[in-house]
Amino acid sequence: MQPLLSQACWDTLYMVGWSALIAVVGGLPLGVLLVLTDRGGLLQNAVANKAVGQIVNIARSMPFIILMVALMGFTRSIVGTTIGREAAIVPLAVGAVPFFARLVETAVREVDGGLVEAVQSMGGNTWTVVRKVLVPESLPSLISALTTTVVALIGYSAMAGTVGAGGLGDLAVRYGYQRYESELMWITVAILAVVITLIQFAGDSGARVLHRRAGKGGRPLRFRVLGGRTR
Amino acid sequence: MITTQGLTKVYRSRGREVTALDGVDLHVREGEVFGVIGQSGAGKSSLIRCVNLLERPTRGTVTVDGVDLTALAGRGPRAGKELRAARSRIGMVFQHFNLLSSRTVQDNIELPLEILGKSGRERSAKALELLDLVGLADKARAYPAQLSGGQKQRVGIARALAGDPKVLLSDEATSALDPETTRSVLQLLRDLNRQLGLTVLLITHEMDVVKTVCDSAALMEHGRVVESGTVGELLAAPGSELAAALFPVGGEASGDDRTVVDVTFHGQTTTRPVISQLSRTYNIDISILGAAMDTVGGKQVGRMRMELPGRYEDNVVPIGFLREQGLQVDVHDGVPEGADAAPVLVKDGGSQ
Repeated sequence: MQPLLSQACWDTLYMVGWSALIAVVGGLPLGVLLVLTDRGGLLQNAVANKAVGQIVNIARSMPFIILMVALMGFTRSIVGTTIGREAAIVPLAVGAVPFFARLVETAVREVDGGLVEAVQSMGGNTWTVVRKVLVPESLPSLISALTTTVVALIGYSAMAGTVGAGGLGDLAVRYGYQRYESELMWITVAILAVVITLIQFAGDSGARVLHRRAGKGGRPLRFRVLGGRTR
Repeated sequence: MITTQGLTKVYRSRGREVTALDGVDLHVREGEVFGVIGQSGAGKSSLIRCVNLLERPTRGTVTVDGVDLTALAGRGPRAGKELRAARSRIGMVFQHFNLLSSRTVQDNIELPLEILGKSGRERSAKALELLDLVGLADKARAYPAQLSGGQKQRVGIARALAGDPKVLLSDEATSALDPETTRSVLQLLRDLNRQLGLTVLLITHEMDVVKTVCDSAALMEHGRVVESGTVGELLAAPGSELAAALFPVGGEASGDDRTVVDVTFHGQTTTRPVISQLSRTYNIDISILGAAMDTVGGKQVGRMRMELPGRYEDNVVPIGFLREQGLQVDVHDGVPEGADAAPVLVKDGGSQ
C-alpha cells in the first residue's frame, strides 16, 4: 500500500506541476494580451481581442473529460501516446492555460491606469509597462489566481487518472470504487484534502504578505510560510 | 520653453464629439512657474496630457525645449522611440501620486532611470540624492503605503526629477492634500524652480496654488484660454476675471446714492497712503467694504472695495485722482458684478 500511495502522490504532483508551469508560461502572456488589446488598452486591437477572448472562452467552458478525449490525437502527436502521466499533461495544460489566462486578465485589469500613465510619461514603452507595472502590481492577485488554478488542476488530474494517467484519482477509483477497498480511498481523500489545504494556505499567505506591503489591508499573518520580505 | 499653437483635442465616442481643447495657444517661458486654472471639465487635464503627448492632440503643435513633439509622434497610437526619449526629459507629477505599491520609495525613484538604462550604482546614487533634496532621506526603504499623502507627493516629485528634466508638469499635484501639506509641497516646487531653474507647468482648480507659486497664469473655460499673462499683467488688466478671483472682495453698496469702486494695488502703489490722501484732499468719507492683501510671486499686491458718498457723476474727480496715482480702478455701475465674479472658480479644495 505504501509504494502504491507514494507513486500515486508523485504522479499527481508531476502532472499538476508541469501543467501548472505551462499554464503560467502560456496563460500569463495571454491574460496580459487580453487587457492590452481591449478598448482603451495600449495595444488596442478589437479583432485580436475578440479572437483571443473567444478561444479562451471556448477552451475554458469545455468540460475537461470531453477536452481530454477530444485532444487524444493532438496528445499522441506530441507525446507519442495517450496513456500515462506525460500524456495527461497535454489536456491538463490545454485546459489550464485559458483558465489561468482569464484570472490573469481580471487581476491585471485591477491595476490603476494612473501607474501606466506614469511609466509612459517617463518614456517607458509597452513592454516596460508590462514588466514594471502590470505584472508586479498585480502579483498578489496573480498568486491567488495560480493557487486557484493549481487546486483546479488537482481536480482535473483525478479525472485524467481514469484514462490511465495514474495519480491519486486513479488510485481512489481503481481500489476504492472498483475493488471496494474503501480504506485506501479514504486515505487518498485525506491526502488530497491535506495537499489542497497546504496549497491554498501557501497561496493565501503569499498573496497576503504582498498585499499588506502594498497597503491593501488583510489580516496579519501568524507564521510566515513563503518567507516574505520583512522590514 | 513650452509653446502650444492651436492645440485642439476632440474626443470621439459612439458617434458623439466632445471638444476638450479648442485652439489653445500657450507660452511658458524658461524658468517660470506657470499655472493653468479652471473648473473641472475646462480642459486642463487634456492640456497637460497633450504637452507630453500622453494624449494625441487632434490639431495643433506642442514644442518643448525647442523640439516639436507633435512632429515626433508619428501617425500610430503608439509612442515611437524619439517621442519616448523626449518624454523622459519632461517630468510629471500626478494628483494621486501614481507610485508603484510593489516598490520601495527608492526603487520608485529609480524607475525612470531603469527605463533610461542607467547602471545600478548610478541609479541608487541619484535616488538617494533626490530623496535628500525632497527631505525624505530616511524613507528610502519604506513602501508608499507607509507614507502620508505629502510624503508620497514628495516621492512623486523626486521621481519626476530623476531624469534631470528641464520641464516639470504638475497635474493637480496638491489637490489630494490638506492645506498645510499643500503649502509645503508648493514651497518645494517653488524651491526646485529656483534652485534647478526648472520650468514648471501646473494645472489646478485652486486659486491659492496660483497665488502661492505662480509667476504667470492662464484661465481656461470650455477648452479655451480666456486670460493669460504674468500675475502682474493680469492684475493690471481691467476687468480681469483671474485678478478678481485671486483677490475676491465682497460687499454691497449701502444705498442708491453711493459709488462702489474696486481698487487694485500692485508694485510701488502698495506702500503709498493713497486712501487717506484721497480722503483729506477731497474731504470725503470713505468706507471700506472689503479688502485683500497678499504676496504674489514675491510682490505685495492687493484689492480693495470701497464706497464713496454720492453717485458716480459726483465722484469723477476723486476717481481720476486714484487713477493718477497709478492704481487700477473699476467702478461698479449699480450692478454688483464684482461680488459675483469671484465664485467663477472653484476655490474649495475638493478633488476631482
